[in-house]
Amino acid sequence: MRIKILAATVAVAAAFAAPAQAQTEIQWWHSMGGALGEAVNGLASKFNESQKEYKVTAIYKGQYPESMTAAIAAYRAKNPPHILQVFEVGTATMMAAKGAIIPISKVMADAKESFDPKDYLPTVTGYYSDLKGNMLSFPFNSSTALFYIDRNKFKAAGLPPVPPKTWKELIATAEKLKAAGQDCVYTSGWPSWVHIENFSAWHNVPIGTKQNGMGGFDTEFKINSPLHVRHVGMLGDMVKKGLFTYAGRTNQADSKFQSGECAMATISAGALAGAIKAGKTDWELSFLPYHDDVKGAPQNSIIGGASLWVMAGRKPVEYKGVAKFLSFLSKPEIQMGWHTSTGYVPITKAAYELTRSSGFYDKNPGRDTAVKQLTLHTPTENSKGLRFGNFVQGREVIEEEMEAVFAGKKDAQTAMNDAVKRGNEILRKFQAANK
Amino acid sequence: MEKRVTFRSAWLPYALLAPQLAITVVFFFWPAGQAVWYSFQLQDPFGLSTQFVWFDNFIALFRDPHYYASFRTTAIFSFSVAALSICISLLLAVMADRVVRFALVYKTILIWPYAVAAAVAGVLWSFMFAPSIGIVTFVLKAMGVDWNWILKGDQAMLLVVIASVWKQIPHNFLFFLAGLQSIPKSLIEAAAIDGAGPARRFWSIVVPLLSPTTFFLLVVDLVYAFFETFGVIDATTMGGPAQATQILVYKVYHDGVKSADIGGSSAQSVILMIIVIALTAIQFRFIERKVHY
Repeated sequence: MRIKILAATVAVAAAFAAPAQAQTEIQWWHSMGGALGEAVNGLASKFNESQKEYKVTAIYKGQYPESMTAAIAAYRAKNPPHILQVFEVGTATMMAAKGAIIPISKVMADAKESFDPKDYLPTVTGYYSDLKGNMLSFPFNSSTALFYIDRNKFKAAGLPPVPPKTWKELIATAEKLKAAGQDCVYTSGWPSWVHIENFSAWHNVPIGTKQNGMGGFDTEFKINSPLHVRHVGMLGDMVKKGLFTYAGRTNQADSKFQSGECAMATISAGALAGAIKAGKTDWELSFLPYHDDVKGAPQNSIIGGASLWVMAGRKPVEYKGVAKFLSFLSKPEIQMGWHTSTGYVPITKAAYELTRSSGFYDKNPGRDTAVKQLTLHTPTENSKGLRFGNFVQGREVIEEEMEAVFAGKKDAQTAMNDAVKRGNEILRKFQAANK
Repeated sequence: MEKRVTFRSAWLPYALLAPQLAITVVFFFWPAGQAVWYSFQLQDPFGLSTQFVWFDNFIALFRDPHYYASFRTTAIFSFSVAALSICISLLLAVMADRVVRFALVYKTILIWPYAVAAAVAGVLWSFMFAPSIGIVTFVLKAMGVDWNWILKGDQAMLLVVIASVWKQIPHNFLFFLAGLQSIPKSLIEAAAIDGAGPARRFWSIVVPLLSPTTFFLLVVDLVYAFFETFGVIDATTMGGPAQATQILVYKVYHDGVKSADIGGSSAQSVILMIIVIALTAIQFRFIERKVHY
C-alpha cells in the first residue's frame, strides 16, 4: 500500500515537473478579478500557444494594494514575480525602488525587442515615464473617469435624455430629478481620483508642485486652492440636499448605477464591462462635467488603472521571455481585443485606429468617449498625470477629508487645508526614506 | 503542602520544555524583537535603503492626532464589546439555565455562532446592513432612519460592535452556564426560604458567586476586542469611514501592510505590546484582589 502511494506521488510529481522543465516560466501577478480575470488568462494562454519557449502563468493575487504588498514581501524574500501589475497610485513607490525594478525601456533594449513610447497615447506615456522620456512600466489597463447617465430615469422625470455638460447644469438636472421622485440622483466612485485628480487635470490646475510631483520628491500638494475648495464644498452641499449619494472610496458606485438605483454617475470607463454583461443599453457616456467659468476647462482627463512592472532579481534568460510577452501585448490586434472586451481604453494609437477602422465605434456609440476625453487637448504640466510618493496613503488622507465634508463634520476649506497638511507630511516621509 | 515532582536527569526537563520554548522564541520573541528593531528605522517598502532614526517614528506617532483618536476608538470599541457581550450572555445563560424542556436545543443554538469565522461574521453582518442592498437597511429606511455606515462613523462603529458581540456571546454563554451550574442549589434554596425574591437571589448570590467567571471573561473579552476582531473590521468597514473604526491593531496592519510604512507600524506594535503587558499586569494585581472567590 505504501509503495503504491509512493509510486503515485512520484508519477504525479513527474507529470507536473515535465512541462516546467521544457519551458521557461514567467510569473505574472495581477489584480483582475471576475470577467477581467478571464480576459487576462485569455491573453496568457494566447501567448503560450503562439510560441513554445516561454510559458506565462497569470496569478490573481487579490486587489491592487494586496498584490503590491505580496510582491514587495516576495522581493524581500528574494523570490519576486517577473511581472507585477501595479495600480497608478503605486507608480511613484515603484519608480523610487531602484534596484527592485527594471525599466521597461531597458528590458526591451536588452532583449532587442522593438519598442517605441511614441506609439502610445501621450497621456499614457506621460504617466509612466521619467522626465527624460524613458518608459518605466508597461501600460496595460488604462481607464479614465467618465460621466454616465441613465436615459430611462431622465425620460421618467420628463426630462430630455441629454447629459448635462457643466456642474451648474448637473445640479439643475439633479434638482428636477429629485423633484420627480428619483431617490438617488447622482453618485460617484473613487472620490479622490474623480473629484481631485481628474478634476484638477480637467480644469488645468495643479494637484501638486513640481509638475504634480513628476519633477522631484520635494513636491507639495496644492489641492486647497479656491477652485478645489469650491468644488468639494459644492459636493458637500449636494449631499446635504440629497442630490449626491456617496457610495464609498472605490467602485461601490458602479453597482449603484448599474442596478438602476442612481440616475447619474461619475465612475470609471472600465465599469462599462459590467454594463455590457448586464445587457443595459440605455446609458449614455459623456465627458466629465466642468465649471464653465474656469478658463481653460475642459483640458483633458488623466488615466487610472494599472501598468505592468518588471521586477529585478530573476535570471537574465527569463527577461528575454518577459520582453517577448510585452511586445506580444502591444500588438494592435491584442490591444483592440482587450479594449473592446473590457471597456479599458486602447492605449496605442495603432490600436485606436484599428478599432475605429473596424467600425466598432459606429456599432457601439460612446465606446470612444474615454479616448476622446483623454486626448481632448495636448496635455499640460497639470494634466499629464501625477506622481506622489506613498500616494496610497495620500489618497486615503484626501478621501478621509472629503468624507468629513460629505458627513457635514468639516467645512470644505478646513478639510482641504488639513488634506494638504497631512498629505505633505506623507510626502516628506517618502522623501526622507528615498534619499 | 505542594507536591513536587523532581527529575533525576539534569537535561530531561529542559529537553521536554524545548519544543514549547522553541515555538515561543520563533513565533513570539523573534518577531517581537524584529518589531522593536524596525521601530527605530526608516525604510522604503522594498528594504533597499535603511536609516537608523532613533525615536523619530515614535515622535511622529505622538504628534499625530489620528493616533490618539485610534486610542479613543479602541477604548470605546473594546469596552462596548466586553460589556455588551458579558451582559447579554449572562442574561441568556440565566434564562437557559432555567429552561427545563428542550434545554439542549436552546444551548446548541446559542453556542452555534462561535463556530463562525470572524471574517464570515463580518461579511454576514455587512450584507444585512449594506447601505443600498441590506435587508436591515431596508427596514430601517422604512422606519425613517438614514442608515449609511459608509459615511456615518457612529453607525459604522455600531455595526462592528454588533458583529463582534454576536461573535463573542457563545463563548461567554458557555462559561456563564458552567458557572451557574456549579453554584450549589442549597444556597439558592436557603435564600428562597428566607424570603428572597428571584431578583434578590440573583444579585446577592448568583452575581457574587459568578464574579471569578465574570472577571475571567472581562479579561478574555478585552483581549478579544483588542486583537481578534481584526477579521470583522477588515471584512466590513476596513477602519473607515474617516478612521471611525480604526482600532489600534487595525492601524498597525493598515500602516504596515497597506501603506508599507514599516517603521511607523513597528513603532505602533511596540507601543501596543507595552500597553498589553501593562494592562495584564494591572488586571491581575489590582482587580483580581477584589474578586470574590
